[in-house]
Amino acid sequence: MGRYLLKRLLLMIPVVLITSLVIFGAMNLTGGDPALALAPDNATEAQVEMIREELGLNDPFIVRYLKYMGGMLKGDLGTSYVTNKDVFKTYMQRLPNTLELGCASVFVAVLIAIPLGIYTAINQNTWKDNVGMVFALFGVSMPNFWLGLMLVLLFSLKLHWLPSSGRNGLASLILPALTVGMGLAALITRTTRSSMLDVLRQDYMRTARAKGADERRVIFRHGLKNALIPIITVIGMQLSNVLTGSVLAETVFAWPGVGRLIFDSISKRDTPMVTGCIILSCVLMSLVNVLVDVLYAFFDPRIKAQYVRRER
Amino acid sequence: MSTVTKSTVTTAKPVAKMKSRSQGQEAWRRLKKNKGAMLGLAFLILLVIVAIASGYIFDYETDVIGINPAEKLQKPSAQHWFGTDNLGRDIFARVLYGSRYSLIIGVGSVFIGLVIGVLCGALAGYYGGMVDQVVMRINDMLYAVPNIMIAVVIVSLFGTSTFNLLLSLCVTVATAFTRIARASVMTIRQQEFVEAAYAMGLPTWKVIFKHILPNCLSPIIVQATLSIGTTIINASSLSFLGIGIPSPAPEWGAMLSEGRNFIRNSGYICVIPGLAIMFTVLALNLLGDGVRDALDPKLKK
Repeated sequence: MGRYLLKRLLLMIPVVLITSLVIFGAMNLTGGDPALALAPDNATEAQVEMIREELGLNDPFIVRYLKYMGGMLKGDLGTSYVTNKDVFKTYMQRLPNTLELGCASVFVAVLIAIPLGIYTAINQNTWKDNVGMVFALFGVSMPNFWLGLMLVLLFSLKLHWLPSSGRNGLASLILPALTVGMGLAALITRTTRSSMLDVLRQDYMRTARAKGADERRVIFRHGLKNALIPIITVIGMQLSNVLTGSVLAETVFAWPGVGRLIFDSISKRDTPMVTGCIILSCVLMSLVNVLVDVLYAFFDPRIKAQYVRRER
Repeated sequence: MSTVTKSTVTTAKPVAKMKSRSQGQEAWRRLKKNKGAMLGLAFLILLVIVAIASGYIFDYETDVIGINPAEKLQKPSAQHWFGTDNLGRDIFARVLYGSRYSLIIGVGSVFIGLVIGVLCGALAGYYGGMVDQVVMRINDMLYAVPNIMIAVVIVSLFGTSTFNLLLSLCVTVATAFTRIARASVMTIRQQEFVEAAYAMGLPTWKVIFKHILPNCLSPIIVQATLSIGTTIINASSLSFLGIGIPSPAPEWGAMLSEGRNFIRNSGYICVIPGLAIMFTVLALNLLGDGVRDALDPKLKK
């Protein structure tokens, strides 16, 4: 297990190298001059040229890229063209907000989806199943930002129960988490249901019942536990998506997260900010994926055994 | 030549052989029994009619984008069924007209994505080795990035235009098709009729296009139907962020983006365009699920 984890972590290095090259290249090679954007409107050509020199924009691309990577090795992701603040610090300021929203939405999603998925699977092809599946179908068919707007309309503007935007205490987290969570829930429900359906047909389920285990135990201990792997896969995928920021929900609720930071920086052509944030997001996503792999081993002894064998 | 392919398919599906119906007819017969899919199909046909007709019923300059401050922010009434927006434009007309954007963008980018994705996937699955490695690694990389982010990067780097929007959306679509085509081609490549086609001296491209690809059509058709829905949502999301279809055009996401500023007093502005997106995508999903069950009855138990 340890060696496997080390290998996974080392694999992140080429990922970071390639992503940084692609993003850095794309930001640099496609039009738009950050110096022009930064200079005041009445700046002379000489002043613009000075800014360009200051930002090192006159160096050839490869020199700039190497300088950037050199800085990264020292833990320096550069400073923003726009705000002149340290990229790493800015990202780290936003990250807790994104983590908060991300974890809360995955929590909401799991809370809705897993019981619903199990329930629909047990009641397959009955009206209960149909209602559950229609719910999931609506969930995947709904644009997420629109759901957010509708929740604001209902809970903030009509009922005045919850704040409509900003990040200020637990109450302000509820609507954004519901918005993102409902979208995720739809997918997790479908996966849970189909995975449970596969498991429910297995012989060992019949055996468990024959041995007189009560139904609850059969479903959860024998059923759910064996159905968990695909469910964890989906949740892990969703989690790593949410961690790059749910730019739509962040826009609707004015949530100061990473998604909005990246989005705004792209439109302002703030190359160091974009490159830095995306690299950090990639690292974070890889870490989540490793975590998911560890969870596989935790829930499935067969997978654990594979790791052990490999190390021998 | 194609008889070789067809006979293999019919023997694989004894039901079709017994009643001597073609595979397509058989799938259609099963699809017709699926109420949800038929409902979805009916809605989509209606939507296509609306999209075509709205170009003749409404005058784009006056009815759809014409500003009329005297009637701004009116609640739904007999005269304006869905009310009017902040510039006095009739929301009913705009929503109907907006179906054109969603349909064209949805179908357009899925089509482009399908062509690119299936080509890459077929080549990767057929040749394996280096080609496979290169195609799949690039695919993995694109797959790892949330699809909205890919689109945001492309659109903001190359500028907002309908073409760039199509391009940015089809990247995501293409990755899905690459995966599916590769998997299907890999399973089919080994079968005898492919060998037979070779033995008859056909060039490789002809074997791929005439003998392998027609046999992996089912998953591709299903994926296409479902992808159009996702793409419509993605397109409206980009418009909502302000980098999709530019402003006066009545794209549904763009309407929501503008309407959002008036949600406090005129909430109805934000309801209808969202419902339009939802029902369109819902119809596509219903149809997609139905088509999947119809093409592969083994999956539905």
